[in-house]
Amino acid sequence: MLGYVVRRLLHAVLVLFGVTVITFALQSLVASGPKLAREIIGPKSTSGQIKAFEAEYGLDHPLVVQYLHFLGQLIRGNLGYSYKLNVSVDSLLREDLPKDVLLVGTALVVAVLVAIPVGVSQAVHRNKAVDYLGTGVSFVLYSMPSYWLALLLIELLAVTYHVFPAEAPQGSTLGQVLSDPRALVLPVADLALVNFALFSRYMRSAAIENLAADYIRTARSKGLSERAVRYRHLLRNSLSAVVTLVGLSLPAVLTAGLVVEYVFNFPGIGLAYYNAAVSSDYPVELGITVVVGVATVAGNLLADLGYALLDPRVRYGRQER
Amino acid sequence: MQPDLARGDGRATPDPDHVAAEEPSGGATGGTRQVGGGGIFSSIAGAFSSNRLALVGVVVLVAIVLFCFVGPLVYRTNQTVADLALANLPPSRAHPLGTDGTGFDILGRLMLGGRSSLELGLGVAALATTVGVVWGAVAGLAGGAVDSVMMRLVDIFLAIPPLFVFVYLATVFTPTIGLLILVVSLVSWLSPARLIRGETLSLRSREYVQATRAAGGRFARIVLRHIVPNTFSAMVVNATFQVADAILILATLSFLGFGPPAPAATWGGMLSNGVNFLYDGYWWQVYPAGIAIVMTVVSFNFVGDALRDALDPRFQRR
Repeated sequence: MLGYVVRRLLHAVLVLFGVTVITFALQSLVASGPKLAREIIGPKSTSGQIKAFEAEYGLDHPLVVQYLHFLGQLIRGNLGYSYKLNVSVDSLLREDLPKDVLLVGTALVVAVLVAIPVGVSQAVHRNKAVDYLGTGVSFVLYSMPSYWLALLLIELLAVTYHVFPAEAPQGSTLGQVLSDPRALVLPVADLALVNFALFSRYMRSAAIENLAADYIRTARSKGLSERAVRYRHLLRNSLSAVVTLVGLSLPAVLTAGLVVEYVFNFPGIGLAYYNAAVSSDYPVELGITVVVGVATVAGNLLADLGYALLDPRVRYGRQER
Repeated sequence: MQPDLARGDGRATPDPDHVAAEEPSGGATGGTRQVGGGGIFSSIAGAFSSNRLALVGVVVLVAIVLFCFVGPLVYRTNQTVADLALANLPPSRAHPLGTDGTGFDILGRLMLGGRSSLELGLGVAALATTVGVVWGAVAGLAGGAVDSVMMRLVDIFLAIPPLFVFVYLATVFTPTIGLLILVVSLVSWLSPARLIRGETLSLRSREYVQATRAAGGRFARIVLRHIVPNTFSAMVVNATFQVADAILILATLSFLGFGPPAPAATWGGMLSNGVNFLYDGYWWQVYPAGIAIVMTVVSFNFVGDALRDALDPRFQRR
């Protein structure tokens, strides 16, 4: 197990290194030289001004040097300096990330808490009305762009019936965002519904698989009540699939987060990324992409380790990969 | 838009839909079988006749294709010259679904938008599947260091958030459908690559592959003649889901304003324009495009699900 953990960690570091290389290369590929400078400081800037700009951001060095500098700063926790906002990218992220943890975290918890009972009851009543209803709902939710779902929620609950505000709570700190919990309902609900569709589907499949397993038959034949079988045996064993899924779904959730933040004007990193993208603020884009990449790799790592811990049948000893 | 997490992309975590029917002691990467005669097509036909949702999906998809490609020949509308005198008209006899903020007929625009969605979806599925299958088959068959390097590259690309890449590239290039096919494929080839590598790992130990190797068959020949045809079912299932995902991606990008610019029409772009009039109650600018997206994507997902039931032996009820 320890060997597996070490190998998995090394693998994660390697992947992260690759992520920085590719995102950096991608950025330099599309924006560099005087063209980049003119985009940022104005189309009529003089060659002197361009030189000064390039010197300020270290753009006058060869690409490899720029990359090594970026990597060195990244390891120290510096993500560069915004072209437009007069703040460093890491202070921007420090301000926004807690709000994203709040939004994404709450949505994930809600989605899992709803998906587990729904998935299990679908599996128990397989091919009955409940199952078909659940399948239909999750397919439609899964196939729906998250912004369209958001618009429907806004139209119904904010425009027609004034139950919740249409805009997410505003403010730069976590406290300010939390001060208006009613305004958080719609963005969280939107993100939770999209993920619920996926989680309930997986929960259903995992529960169906476990229902056919021998230990369920044993539990039933030794006279346990159906209730005990379901909650003590079935639920627990089906949970591992969802636990790992939550880890793996992190990039998808963050991606959906970008759209949700845009629709509800939620002041998180998704919206920051969007604003950076429309204003050619490349350091911010690069920094956020790398951070989301790190979150993705960490999520995968936790999912794999969690899976190995939760499911004793998984042996990672001499497995060929 | 939500990238499918483990729709059979061959990672250690179970894809419950697969695991669901797998025998508890079943092998991890088993489940490839030879394509024999008409077997594959008869099992597809069988699955569709017994699965009503899939049948509905196919019917809806045929209707949508006819609507998008034959519709404009029958229902002719002006979709290039804006006429503000006709802006924001509610549904009427002349405009069954009303007009948008620049006076374009919504029904006619739906046809155009559907065309770009389908072109993108099918283009991505074709390109990404081709690249992914070859990549996965070569990695799986070669094994060793080549395999490691090729698959680590896949892992790296998987760790870069796709929507962020799309948004980033779309701000730099002017997106056209052709370019978007390339860009979306850049991300979409990863899951077939993993999937097909898994299949290849089990195929390469089969007798007929061993025999070809022993007889001195060239690497390329083994890949193209023996591995790739036998991953056909996995390929088809995956490609179907890719069409659905690509359509969602296009809808999202267009909504965010990074889709193909006017005069091109997309469903996501129509929605995005319609949102400006949400508070005015111009429902016909928001619902038709949204419903079209959901209907198309749901249908592709239904069909993909049924194909998987039919073609993946792991998912056959025992």
